[in-house]
Amino acid sequence: MSASLLQIDHLTKRYGGLVAVNDVSFDLREREILSVIGPNGAGKSTLFKLIASFVRPTAGKVTFNGEAISGRAPHVVARKGVVRTFQEATIFKGMTVRDNLIAAHHLMSRASLFGFYAGTSVARSDEAKFGASADEILAFLGLTDLANEPASTLPQGHLRALGIAIGLSTNPKVLLLDEPFAGMNHDETMHAVNLVKGVRDRGVTVMLVEHDMPAVMKISDRIVVLNFGQKIAEGTPAEIQSNERVIEAYLGVEDETIGM
Amino acid sequence: MMSNTVKATGLLVLVLVLLAGVPLGIGATGRYDIYYTLTLISLLAIASAGVWITFYIGRINIGQGAYALIGAYVSAILVATYGVSFWLTIPLAGLFAALVSVFIGVPILRLRGVYFAMVTLVSTEVARLSALALPITNGAKGMVNLPLPGPISLFGLTLVPDFGKLENPRLAFYLLSVIIMLICFAGLYRLVHSRLGLLFSALQQNEELAASTGVNIAYLRVIAYAISSFLGGIAGAIFAAISQSVYPSSFTTADSINFMLNCFLGGLGYVLGPLVGTFVLRFGWELLFQTAQYQLLIYAVALIALMLVLPNGLLSLVGVRRTGRGSK
Repeated sequence: MSASLLQIDHLTKRYGGLVAVNDVSFDLREREILSVIGPNGAGKSTLFKLIASFVRPTAGKVTFNGEAISGRAPHVVARKGVVRTFQEATIFKGMTVRDNLIAAHHLMSRASLFGFYAGTSVARSDEAKFGASADEILAFLGLTDLANEPASTLPQGHLRALGIAIGLSTNPKVLLLDEPFAGMNHDETMHAVNLVKGVRDRGVTVMLVEHDMPAVMKISDRIVVLNFGQKIAEGTPAEIQSNERVIEAYLGVEDETIGM
Repeated sequence: MMSNTVKATGLLVLVLVLLAGVPLGIGATGRYDIYYTLTLISLLAIASAGVWITFYIGRINIGQGAYALIGAYVSAILVATYGVSFWLTIPLAGLFAALVSVFIGVPILRLRGVYFAMVTLVSTEVARLSALALPITNGAKGMVNLPLPGPISLFGLTLVPDFGKLENPRLAFYLLSVIIMLICFAGLYRLVHSRLGLLFSALQQNEELAASTGVNIAYLRVIAYAISSFLGGIAGAIFAAISQSVYPSSFTTADSINFMLNCFLGGLGYVLGPLVGTFVLRFGWELLFQTAQYQLLIYAVALIALMLVLPNGLLSLVGVRRTGRGSK
């Protein structure tokens, strides 16, 4: 079993009287794909925001590589290598597909902002590097033909791929994907599942929140199940499919939803 | 998309017209009053360019008048009270305005949309009241009888003559303003087409996503706001030298609103937008002077109609290449 990379330690988030995430603990291991599932309102998205430090936990902490990251600014957490993508198609709509990726290469910059303005040799070599890396990521995700299209014109499936591409541009160690398969048909989902596996094969550890159970079962090494903010199960897809508490949480729809 | 040759030719023509064509034309027709209008337009365009940058990071800035006023006072006080050369006060006024904007910007740039706009709207009024109250600004009497800019000499060679000894200081001020305006817009063009511009437009389009890719959005917002205020400050400094005076009411909230309108009218997606907008708005206003009491009515209706018909600004009509990343 590979080493634990990111630890979620008794994490709690309260909004007024509502407990969105309640005392959740689990580990993310290096180079695995871990899915977080659960019915609507189970606290999955809040958990993601907590890990990427977009919101501050009420109690508990998140540790990455032995260092507490909860409560730090999101760009600091991103700098350390924990990067999230967003639900829906969150991209830079007014830019071309390629400019989206070039903008997202910020963490690889060696030149200062003024260096970029003045066009110093460091800045020029940075820009060449961003371009080459962006082209490589576009090719990897099959977006090369769309490189110079305005991002706002892409169809849904490609938008998701672009969202993942933006995440990859930051060269993350952990990529948090928020519902990467939502709104996709079967073929698109299977294509996206392979993309995510490919991302893992590049050495990136992937954690995803998803509703599409067949896809989750297909893609995940391990699964964490949340219900009403609490972790009710953790294990391999096979273990989760036969877990009684999980079936109970999805009661009445288990046949279709869990994909058994 | 226009080719680079066409663009370069267009730019050359613009520079030639501004620096040679206009003075020749005015000399031939004897309409020396137009110098003042065009000088004013150049300065207002510089301040508007600053507002345009804050639009570029997705903030509506209705407070540029405050920084123009700050720049005007900094220059006037340095020249009149401390005897500093006017030329040196141009960058100092800009830097001081930028410094003030950093302190103001850090807390208020967290706000978005109408909330940021509202806070900036009151800032010009705050600047005016401060100018009335502070001991150093000479209150409501203002700073008057400012000396004209002196000469610049380098190794005994006179680069810029003493404005006070010129036969036609209006021409000198016109050339000064136009040259500084051209430098500012060249700088703005470079900014928009550098990585800095790409990051600014990333902020405009989605701050959360930008933060998640590791961009320090709070820092970038302040940088953009400081550049914006720097431009406001230098425009104000030159304005003070031309009118040889500055009063608390030299720049008012109405001016701040006009700076914003200039950007809207010219086009938020075009670097030259604030310049074109300022030119059309200012000249349009002066041309309507003959319509007397209907001036404001016609002007207002024309503005509303223009914004309805051309939401992307006047430049969308000419099809000048968009920056490619501006707002929709």
